[in-house]
Amino acid sequence: MRPTRRTPALAREVPDVIVVGAGMVGAACAFHAARAGLTVTVVDRGAVAGGTTGAGEGNLLVSDKEPGPELELALLSATLWAELAPLLPEDAEYEAKGGLVVASDETGLRALRAFAARQEKAGVTLRAVPGDALHDLEPYLAPGLAGGVHYPQDAQVMPALAAARLLRAGGGRITLRLGTEVTRVLTGPDGAVRGVRTTAGDLHAPHVVNAAGTWGGELARLAGVHLPVLPRRGFVLVTEPLPRLVRHKVYAADYVADVGSDSAALQTSAVVEGTPAGPVLIGASRERVGFDRTLSTEALRRLAAGATALFPVLAGARALRTYAGFRPYLPDHLPAIGPDPRVPGLLHACGHEGAGIGLAPATGLLVTACLTGARPPLDPHPFRPDRFPAGTP
Amino acid sequence: MTVPAAEPGGPGTEGPHPVPDASADPYDLVVIGAGPAGLTGAVTAAELGLTVALVDSAARPGGQYYRHPAPALGAGRPPAPHHDWTPFTDLGHRLAASRSLTHLTEHHVWSVARESDGTWTAHAVTGADGTDGRPVRTRGRALLLATGAHERHLPFPGWTLPGVVGAGGAQAMLSAGLVLPGRRVVVAGSGPLLLAVAASLAAAGARVPAVVEAAGYLRYARKPRVLAANPRKAAEALTYGAGLLRHRVRLHPRSAVTRVHGTERVEAVTVARLDRDWRPLPGTGRRIDCDALAVGHGLVPQIELATAVGCATRVLPDGTRGLALGADQETSVPGLWAAGETGGVGGAELARAEGETAARAIAARLLGRRADPARTALLRRRRDRLRAFADAMAAAHTPGPGWTGWLTDDTEICRCEEVPAGRVREAVTDLGARDPRTVKLLTRAGMGWCQGRMCGTAVACLASRGAPAPPPPDRRLLAVPVPLSALAAEEGEPWEPGLPEIREVPKDGEAPRVPEPPAAPRPPDSPRAPGSPEAACAPRPRPTP
Amino acid sequence: MSRPPAGPAGARPEPFTITFDGRPVPALPGQTLAAALWAAGILAWRTTRVGGRPRGAFCGIGQCHDCLATVNGVPNRRACLVPARPGDALTTQEGHGHDRPGS
Repeated sequence: MRPTRRTPALAREVPDVIVVGAGMVGAACAFHAARAGLTVTVVDRGAVAGGTTGAGEGNLLVSDKEPGPELELALLSATLWAELAPLLPEDAEYEAKGGLVVASDETGLRALRAFAARQEKAGVTLRAVPGDALHDLEPYLAPGLAGGVHYPQDAQVMPALAAARLLRAGGGRITLRLGTEVTRVLTGPDGAVRGVRTTAGDLHAPHVVNAAGTWGGELARLAGVHLPVLPRRGFVLVTEPLPRLVRHKVYAADYVADVGSDSAALQTSAVVEGTPAGPVLIGASRERVGFDRTLSTEALRRLAAGATALFPVLAGARALRTYAGFRPYLPDHLPAIGPDPRVPGLLHACGHEGAGIGLAPATGLLVTACLTGARPPLDPHPFRPDRFPAGTP
Repeated sequence: MTVPAAEPGGPGTEGPHPVPDASADPYDLVVIGAGPAGLTGAVTAAELGLTVALVDSAARPGGQYYRHPAPALGAGRPPAPHHDWTPFTDLGHRLAASRSLTHLTEHHVWSVARESDGTWTAHAVTGADGTDGRPVRTRGRALLLATGAHERHLPFPGWTLPGVVGAGGAQAMLSAGLVLPGRRVVVAGSGPLLLAVAASLAAAGARVPAVVEAAGYLRYARKPRVLAANPRKAAEALTYGAGLLRHRVRLHPRSAVTRVHGTERVEAVTVARLDRDWRPLPGTGRRIDCDALAVGHGLVPQIELATAVGCATRVLPDGTRGLALGADQETSVPGLWAAGETGGVGGAELARAEGETAARAIAARLLGRRADPARTALLRRRRDRLRAFADAMAAAHTPGPGWTGWLTDDTEICRCEEVPAGRVREAVTDLGARDPRTVKLLTRAGMGWCQGRMCGTAVACLASRGAPAPPPPDRRLLAVPVPLSALAAEEGEPWEPGLPEIREVPKDGEAPRVPEPPAAPRPPDSPRAPGSPEAACAPRPRPTP
Repeated sequence: MSRPPAGPAGARPEPFTITFDGRPVPALPGQTLAAALWAAGILAWRTTRVGGRPRGAFCGIGQCHDCLATVNGVPNRRACLVPARPGDALTTQEGHGHDRPGS
């Protein structure tokens, strides 16, 4: 493989794989590939964690997933996160805090319990919590709730630091090229990948992993394939530093419905959690508005109303900041993971919607298995990247 | 002139105005900020026939520049020399005389938004510090931002010790509260404000052993034509100079305070000479005893309300960012105007010229008639002359890249989250941060109460590793902290404040104190009825195989 | 700290008393809490969350939030903005200010 004449080669060495995207998913792919003995160059047009990773709360959830391939990915990831945690410094704030899903009335509770029963059959550890026992888990929860379900496997991590620390933990096998935008996916006469052209020069490798998150569809297009990744905007509200008022990840049962919805309109459901640094994080709003970062005061109003309804004690707490992030979603709400049969050497690891932090380790392991030819840790078929026929949105 | 405390000579003696009903007809113009630019813009627009809401965070108009004591303090104006007080008295009379202007005091605007009908809404919380009042929304057909600037700070070892105060802060506390931070106050940093602050402190009875200026004053001489065209500014400098001479204040050019000494409060400072790049010269440090230090490095335009709605910015000669404005002060977002320091720091006279320019242009647009061409031309000439002067000053006081040479790894960069320089450097060199946002994510620098206003300049410098990269535009979607109860408030509904004090559950298992039991948590406007089976566990759509 | 002479006009108003950690501090009508504390030589009235270091007013105009104070039991008031009122009780605010018992 020789550098092309027009664009000088950026690096003399040829890594085994180029990962495009230095977010959490890219970091996990690079980490697992490096641990399997491969050399990896991670390319990002911005900084580490510059996209969705830097805009999320760091949810590592099984509780919001219905039985199926995504839940399998989440369960494997939960195990992997627990193994990774000791490798990360304390500032990555990994906390196996558990989740608590609450229902306001008996009808909602019956539905929640039925949903939980199916999850339990699929291997999720959980425990029904009667209404009068909710305060043992969350002393500041509003009184009068019908009940809930406790999910001890849910956890949280500080996503930007986790991504940065994971890239470091990959050691010398990982090379970072930040501020470097991929402008072309280079292919040989046989149509197979031979590297990428970047704003800083050409980089060559026999494999390219698309971990470009919300921009994964654009990178796919650079490689000539169709992958309909679209942004779904969400706001997060962050309060002043507070004592530990919220101990679990706490959310209302209708969050699950919102996650799976196809509506473009604004949807909000209260998702509340504390952080070791003190601030309480409040989500989750969903709307499809492209990459518009303009503040939606209506989204904030609903987030604040939902959070203070769950935790009345927060009414006087002040929000110090809020920010928008864009969840990269695919039409069937499943990520694209694995080799793209249309372009040999191209792999995808994107479209994780709002669950990318949680699903990253299993994604990285699956991608690495595809690269090394090892047995995949779970069935990759539901995540195949060519499942969307061209012409779909 | 002397303003009697008990008479309405200064605008500060205005009585409270009623809070208007947010659902009423919109004002023609909402002005945010009642400093020289906003006050001039508001009274001019009202005099031209517009209905105006003047929304300001302070209890009395004037902004930072015309900050003055509350009437109850018995001093009608600041205790220190103020060379430019007369225009403010005049503005006060015009404000008092205006019938179509509503002055909303103690309103802290946290966001502005354009509605689908093209009007603007300013969302505010009320009260002296925004924590004890109800939320207010003010609507207008046009919006004029005159939100001023805050001080720029460069950290140095010891700058978080009590007794180290902002130069502008010392000025503000003296002007409004008639107090000093100490008896022997060193004034340091960079910019023309330092001389004014030193003169004020000295006139108020403080001993000022040194004014320490990082720039070389000779650099002004590079633009002699600009100086000559601004005789008022030259006279201003002379006034301060004379005052400083009288108080035997010594000026140390090309120097900086590189360390503060003391354990619980300031006891002394080390002043070192700087090279042209503001790098401290080894062996030049000298100790100066003092009990306070007033420090500042110029001003940063406060533009987050505008950047949140997408207004374009420009890099100013001193390395800060201001709003990019058209000839008549309109931002890149139609219907949103800006005046004063938001477009680049330039002082009160420039701010007044810009406020009037904007008001005339807005009135012309809304009323469908042409602005007075002679007055417009005069204002533009005045503005261009003053802007040229301000640009020359700003360029002379641009921090040199060498200033980071006085940072030790344990120097706190972020005062709120107590993040030392070493952690910021680690994020940049080891963890892949290349910009202030990523530094913030990886270190928490800029995540605290002040949202990076104090540490922003330093973080941007460290993130760019000394490369002359102007900081990216500040994006703060919430311009001030907002209680969740205020955010949750819906127009037309009664609003209940939350409890501002939040306590952990006592260890002995006593029930937590919570406010009135609310209704069961009902997610607002959920697309499905809350609690219904669909809401709880709707199956996700899957592609048909 | 020492209070400078009043401005060019006006009679000196009658001071009233507030307390800081139980100790009486004189304040003048129209002064902010921070100004009253400075006039009494008090420059720090909270400790930081991480290092427990003393802090008081820094920017003086409500921007930096270094002057956060617990006033009449309510934490995180900006002392440089809030006017002093007769009988106000300030207590040194520790950390985030929300779990100080008893006040």
